[in-house]
Amino acid sequence: MNAPLSFAELSARQRVQHLLDAGTFTEILGPAQRVVSPHLALLGVPYAFDDGVVIGSGMLQGQPVLIAAQEGEFMGGGVGEVHGAKLVGLLRRALLVRPAAVLVCAESGGVRLHEANAGLIAVSEVMRALLDVRAAGIPVVMLIGGANGCFGGMGLIARCADHVVMSDQARMSMSGPEVIESSHGVEEFDSRDRALVWRTTGGKHRFLMGDCDRLVEDDVAAFRQAAAALLGVSRALTLDGLLAEHQLLTQRIARFEGCSDAVDVWSRMGLEHPEQVTDMEAAQMQSLRNEHVQEAV
Amino acid sequence: MEHLTFELVGHRAPPNFDAVLVGVVGSGNLEVLMERSTDPAHCTFSIHTSARGFGPIWEAVVQNFQAQHSLAGVAVSINDMGATPAVVSLRLDQAAASLPGGEAA
Repeated sequence: MNAPLSFAELSARQRVQHLLDAGTFTEILGPAQRVVSPHLALLGVPYAFDDGVVIGSGMLQGQPVLIAAQEGEFMGGGVGEVHGAKLVGLLRRALLVRPAAVLVCAESGGVRLHEANAGLIAVSEVMRALLDVRAAGIPVVMLIGGANGCFGGMGLIARCADHVVMSDQARMSMSGPEVIESSHGVEEFDSRDRALVWRTTGGKHRFLMGDCDRLVEDDVAAFRQAAAALLGVSRALTLDGLLAEHQLLTQRIARFEGCSDAVDVWSRMGLEHPEQVTDMEAAQMQSLRNEHVQEAV
Repeated sequence: MEHLTFELVGHRAPPNFDAVLVGVVGSGNLEVLMERSTDPAHCTFSIHTSARGFGPIWEAVVQNFQAQHSLAGVAVSINDMGATPAVVSLRLDQAAASLPGGEAA
């Protein structure tokens, strides 16, 4: 076995190379085609030749997949007009070529605020395109393991997918910690308390809450293995399923009312030693989850 | 934002190659795209940088790069978000190493 290669440390391009079978990736709208943001230059901000997202096709364990990877280092992975259009185009392509899955390495703070409405519209278009792909029975798998996490509109998109795979150090939420603190005050959420932020938005908590389906170590081979296991595995997109999930969310609010920290939530879930969760390996987390989590339909 | 261009004479034209991209447009970082050009005697540099007023330093960095690599028939495009000269040199060397005949090839 090779030493683990940190998924978090890799660039978007490197993630794509390491996730897919060697030499099989073909990029769509690569950097040399210079499909760049029309907005950033007007604001005097440097653009990137790929607008911060790599898209294309390749093979995973011999099966065809489409893949996208957001670059968290460029504008925090923010979804701008072109960036969003590339994601939409890739998802629409899935309807034509019917891959075994569409894989999305999501790392984003959400809408790229420089592009305002264009970015917001892009996020809603990605959601619509993603749901069309799911309705066609093609699984969409989110792989979240970057240092910037998956927040805002991209967090919403992630939860529209069939499956969410996260590492322990990945984070996923709607509003980011700073946003919550600035709108509701530091008593509500102290964004500078890193341990609190990771406990409440991190992979382990998401996994125990059932918002993330697979928890893996921060190792690109572990992400690859998790993605491969989900090829061709789609979740039915039905009204009954959606209603069941809404009911689960309503129950969640009632069940965990008054909890001020993820540890309180874990305690109320019935975990014997909630304080030990933060030190557990991904494999140990799986058995905890089997005992304590209610699955959505 | 500032746009700078340089055209430097070179002698080593790599054989036919696909575009090479290294680096990311992140804080203190840059991306370098190397492509084939139709000018067999020069290496051109087109630089978009967020930091204004550093033209002479960019010129020194690309001249230093050309003194070592003497590339010809190559167009270099850069998007920079305030990288230091050392980081720029590193990325340029990294991209050159990825060309056919480069050390990583």
